[in-house]
Amino acid sequence: MSSSFLLYLLRRALWTVPTLLLVAVLVFVLMRLIPGDPAQLILGDAGTAEQLADLRAQFGLDKPILVQFGLWLSHMASGDFGHSLSSGEAVLPLLLERFQVSAAIVLVAVGAATLLAVPAGLFAAWKQNSLTDTVIVAGATFFLSIPSFWLGLLLLLFVGLKLGWVPVVGYVTFSQDWRAAASYLVLPVITLTLIEMGVLTRMARSSAIETLRLEYVTHARAKGLSELRVLLRHVLPNAFAPTWTLIGLVLGNLLGGIAVLETVFTLPGLGRLLVDAIFARDYPVVQGCLLFTAGIYVLVNLVVDLFYPLFDPRVATS
Amino acid sequence: MKLRTNALIGGLLVATVTAMALLSVIWTPYNPLRLNLRMRLKPPGNLHWLGTDEFGRDILSRLLAGAGASLLVAALTVLVALLLGTLLGLIAGYFRGRIDRVMMVFNDALLAFPGILLALGIMVVTGANKYGIVLALGLAYTPTVVRLVRGTVLSLREKEYVEASRVIGNSELVTMLRHILPNCAAPLMVLGTSMFGWVVLAESALSFLGLGVPPPAPTWGNMLSSGRPYIESAAWLGIAPGVCIALTLLGINLLGDALRDWLDPRMEPR
Amino acid sequence: MNSRMNARMPAVPQSPPAGQGAPLLSVRGLTLRSAAGTPILNGISFDIAQGEVLALVGESGSGKTMAGRAVMRLLPSQVRQTGGTITLAGHDVATLPDRGMRSLRGQVAGMVFQEPMVSLNPAMTVGAQLCEGLMLHEKIPAQAARERAVAMLARVQIADPEGCMASYPHVFSGGMRQRIMLACVMLLKPRLLIADEPTTALDALSQREVMQIMADLTRTSGTAVLLVTHDLQLVAHYADSVLVLKRGDQVESGRAGEVLRNPREAYTRSLIAALPRRDDSRPAVADAPPVIEARNVAVAYPGAHRLFSRQADKLAVDGVSLAIRPGEVVAVVGGSGSGKTTLGRALIGLLPLAGGEIRFRGQPVGSGGRQDRRDFRLACQMVFQDPYSSLDPRQRIGDIVAEPLNHGEPLTRAQRRARVDAMLAEVGLDGLGERYPHALSGGQRQRVAIARALIRRPALVVADEPVSALDMTIQKQVLTLFRQLQAQHGFACFFVSHNLAAVSEVADRIVVMHQGRIVEQGSVADIFDRPQHDYTRALLEAAYVAPGQRAPLSVAEDGAGSLALGAAAS
Repeated sequence: MSSSFLLYLLRRALWTVPTLLLVAVLVFVLMRLIPGDPAQLILGDAGTAEQLADLRAQFGLDKPILVQFGLWLSHMASGDFGHSLSSGEAVLPLLLERFQVSAAIVLVAVGAATLLAVPAGLFAAWKQNSLTDTVIVAGATFFLSIPSFWLGLLLLLFVGLKLGWVPVVGYVTFSQDWRAAASYLVLPVITLTLIEMGVLTRMARSSAIETLRLEYVTHARAKGLSELRVLLRHVLPNAFAPTWTLIGLVLGNLLGGIAVLETVFTLPGLGRLLVDAIFARDYPVVQGCLLFTAGIYVLVNLVVDLFYPLFDPRVATS
Repeated sequence: MKLRTNALIGGLLVATVTAMALLSVIWTPYNPLRLNLRMRLKPPGNLHWLGTDEFGRDILSRLLAGAGASLLVAALTVLVALLLGTLLGLIAGYFRGRIDRVMMVFNDALLAFPGILLALGIMVVTGANKYGIVLALGLAYTPTVVRLVRGTVLSLREKEYVEASRVIGNSELVTMLRHILPNCAAPLMVLGTSMFGWVVLAESALSFLGLGVPPPAPTWGNMLSSGRPYIESAAWLGIAPGVCIALTLLGINLLGDALRDWLDPRMEPR
Repeated sequence: MNSRMNARMPAVPQSPPAGQGAPLLSVRGLTLRSAAGTPILNGISFDIAQGEVLALVGESGSGKTMAGRAVMRLLPSQVRQTGGTITLAGHDVATLPDRGMRSLRGQVAGMVFQEPMVSLNPAMTVGAQLCEGLMLHEKIPAQAARERAVAMLARVQIADPEGCMASYPHVFSGGMRQRIMLACVMLLKPRLLIADEPTTALDALSQREVMQIMADLTRTSGTAVLLVTHDLQLVAHYADSVLVLKRGDQVESGRAGEVLRNPREAYTRSLIAALPRRDDSRPAVADAPPVIEARNVAVAYPGAHRLFSRQADKLAVDGVSLAIRPGEVVAVVGGSGSGKTTLGRALIGLLPLAGGEIRFRGQPVGSGGRQDRRDFRLACQMVFQDPYSSLDPRQRIGDIVAEPLNHGEPLTRAQRRARVDAMLAEVGLDGLGERYPHALSGGQRQRVAIARALIRRPALVVADEPVSALDMTIQKQVLTLFRQLQAQHGFACFFVSHNLAAVSEVADRIVVMHQGRIVEQGSVADIFDRPQHDYTRALLEAAYVAPGQRAPLSVAEDGAGSLALGAAAS
């Protein structure tokens, strides 16, 4: 572990702090832009005049805006995200609970998609311009052009309703009954996997094509290495780097976009929580979702960047 | 060869959708908003080629009108994002130093909001309507454009013809406008095409969730959403709008591919 | 991890019995075409005997690189062999099955590539790459492979072989990477080494080092060499025989010394004529106050201020004083990192000074008002190195050349047109005003760059390696044009080059720079005949110029090229 690499890790990790801070600022500003008295928005219609006054004092609504931000930030940082207006539950535990559902779907789907897409992309690049390549690219383009909610709907219709292979509505946690839980997640995971495969295959293919043109691949062949070894040891690690970055972006996108799939399959995930909260004007939950999701995304990006030197050692020594 | 096929199919699809949108402005088979409760949930047939929805409205007409809505929102959004993003990206790349650093920290923070989350957040403030969506999605995609433009500007600055422009006596500003900006056009075109597709998808997703253009105005997204309860009994409600979205996206993606391939060898002089 | 993949590598297939004198490589009528049908090679033939060094010489587009690749059946997918035979160690390369070909590669024939920056896998350690081929072909255990790799790295003069094995390629300079490549290939003890422009992308000093290491290694192991190059100096000093290619056609072949001393074909003669020739007939420069003067100038490296940097700021240019008189051509030479390019840019105000001052016509730059600064800017122009990036791809040639006219006295449209046309005619590009850069060749683009620099009749032109990126015969043309224009218009010139021999044709005075300082300066005769500083001598050696030598090529009298180390020096 060279010192420049450690420096890179440190610098990258430290960079998340100002980013997170700014994210908090943005959420704070966004929430304050909503017309209406902040205290009223938090308590909803049920607040008494006393509670309102109380809350106002608590958030220092009569103090300068920076102080308000400070107070707000201290609440968030200590884990006090407030309480949902609709259900009265504490927001943070609610978020965590819902997050597990979304995360389960997203992680499994993206993982499966990667495992399928990378070999497919590599193979297509190796056989560039052949029929196989054209078929793979056409398939990938096809899948990434389908809106996820529509594909989900179709699968729901044919596999769930017409064929009855999996249940269409409902959810149980893994701890209760893992078989049932899995069956509820099968369709959304498959839907997502198919679509993300489209995106990832194309990226894997194009970066593999770029890499195959580079001289060190010819050099590897000139050493007498078999094509398989050339592909796995020389092409793949180098071609994978852009796909790895894309995985980070995809994961992030899905943190927001999963809402539609959760709506189609009526799953109690984070996305649906946000959408319901927006409809219900449940501002503490909206705020919590925004903050939480953005925070998770910053962490995801951090992890992606930290692993990047594994595929491209040049990055760590700049 | 592949370029030709992509461009052809993609162009055809996009042209069809655009034609649908334009047509809907002057004529549709039926009034998309007109209710006809006696003809509810009719399957595709002679009178209504694609059937009717739960309020008896003609689906084909609604699809045509929806095309118009989707394309308009997407076009406006891409315009907003490209204009704003290019301006900010140019400033960041031109001034560099402290201004650039501050702008990039803000940009990264904005980019920390995944996908449509930022748009959702902004829509909480603006409310759900056509202009709210354009503003929300436009702002949500601006950071991506900023990043691209800034990156392009920074790499173009290293080109010798930019240095040469300074040497022959042009000021920094003239150099930026005459030599750097036009050479950003190519990557911007590619990004713009991709973004158009993302926006169509995002807008339909938002409409599907009920946060987009509110009914009764038809968009493909909210048509899908209202067709959901009837998925078993009247499947055509859910299939038609989805096909439209998918074909539009396919067309845009293919065109984008063709564009990228066309620009690529040309930019390489050797 | 990879024992399964290594297991089935077959032994080198049995060579069919051959006569004692059978050549190691025999190529007959080799014809290559691209997938689109354009011809790349038109039936070339040559033999390489065991231990012989054959140079394949040509400019870009000659097909020489593809010839090298065809021998190992490593042609890119768009190039096909449509005729001829290649017989390597008795095997017919075209009909050999994949397995057989793979066992030939590396063990019988090895290849070294041109660009050291991309020829090593950036994601694998050097050690892994070195041992990979070794373990594959010879099936020795990892430890034994490591030891041999370390020994070979020491032989190619890598300072810390153990450390090198564990590092990634990107931490090494170009010269070191080429040596690592060489080590990697020679480790397998091939009978034939195909070297594709092995030193072209390197610094002048590294070039000579790497060539000598290569010559040494191949000589002691009796390896034959197919040297693909455009550099006739390499042919003169290292090759036994030579084959000259032009646009895929075989123009001339024979013993290297013979061909170079008595070329039969016109093309070969033009290649030899393209070598820089010392010009002692330049008129003396009139003694006049200098046009531009640098006094104790210092320039820092760009981006030198790092967050955690603790070392003192190294200076790219450190305390340099230089004066250029009107009409004088001062050539500045040095290796990479010498500061010559930085100094050139600082002279015309493109880079900020960290110390010292620049005086233009006696006045310190920046002291005058706006008008003075403007005059300075317009009177000092620059010709850049890379013809492919110094012209805006979106502008027409005519507009590129006309742009400098926007400043200064306003001209009518007709006047502008006239001046642009006249300038284009001067550089031999009349009628091309409406074209775009991508339609022009490298040489033509450099002419445009020169036209752009000269259209306002500047007092000083900084030429930053203006011909380095061009083919040899084109270099000669453009350089001749430049000399002509300089004699005609009489501008002063700061001519940057990494090749000492190349400037002997244009320079009035030569300045040698090393690590930001001037180590020696003098007239061409002073530098070439009486070099004082060690670095100057090293540069001369790297250019294959012996002190006192007049002819561009020094070929040994007996006509044989020489692989012996240092035969051309001292």
